[in-house]
Amino acid sequence: MSLRSDLGRVRGLGSANEGTSHWWAQRVTAIALIPLSLWFIYSAVTLVGIDRAGFKVWLNAPGSILLMTLFVIALFYHMQLGLQVVIEDYVHNERNKIVSLVLNKLVAIFFAVSSIIALIKVAFGG
Amino acid sequence: MTTGNRPLSPHLQVYKPQITSVLSIFHRFTGVGLAVGALMLAYWLNAAAYGPEAFERTQAFLTHWFGKLLLFGWTWALLYHLCNGIRHMFWDAGRGLEMPQVRASGWFVYIASVVLTLLAWTAGYGMLGGSY
Repeated sequence: MSLRSDLGRVRGLGSANEGTSHWWAQRVTAIALIPLSLWFIYSAVTLVGIDRAGFKVWLNAPGSILLMTLFVIALFYHMQLGLQVVIEDYVHNERNKIVSLVLNKLVAIFFAVSSIIALIKVAFGG
Repeated sequence: MTTGNRPLSPHLQVYKPQITSVLSIFHRFTGVGLAVGALMLAYWLNAAAYGPEAFERTQAFLTHWFGKLLLFGWTWALLYHLCNGIRHMFWDAGRGLEMPQVRASGWFVYIASVVLTLLAWTAGYGMLGGSY
């Protein structure tokens, strides 16, 4: 039995037992995503109905692959953080919650890394 | 901690919808919707890496009316989530927390997201000279 009070045990931790680091990372990625998302929407508008050759030309234009990579990293990081809160709010069974949280992280990393590899392939491949 | 049989707070459905609560729900809904959009983006990039035919098929899906409906939804969801996210950051800084300000910024964010979405799509159609 612990001698710590309930308040002392939970203070600064929150439902995920990790304090403010989640909140902070969510804000940092959100700030990064403001300009990156606006740039992405602008780019998407210019890419409407483009073929692969045109997409490759666009990706090789100065800044495109850098900003796309940064966008993908910030997007999937922010997505993982947001979905984590949704899971913590609605999945009450402890085992299911932990499985969902782990899957959430792994899926986010999988899609982020595969997107970045795809960008490199298109830009530098045939 | 003892949580026993304490009464639970009633859930969403017993409350009258208000601009504050509706926009808060929108924020989470658009966030989850954008997660699906992020997977579509990953699919689109991987189709481009796979080859011209795979990319053509993905582009054909996205320019089909259903694909365009999805893209329109994602455009609004992204712009709404972005604008409302900025609203959240003002709150984080301790600004705009009086109720009249919260309601005003809510309407502002909602209208801004719709206007920006229509602007982006007008520009998109302009790019094509209306060919799609």
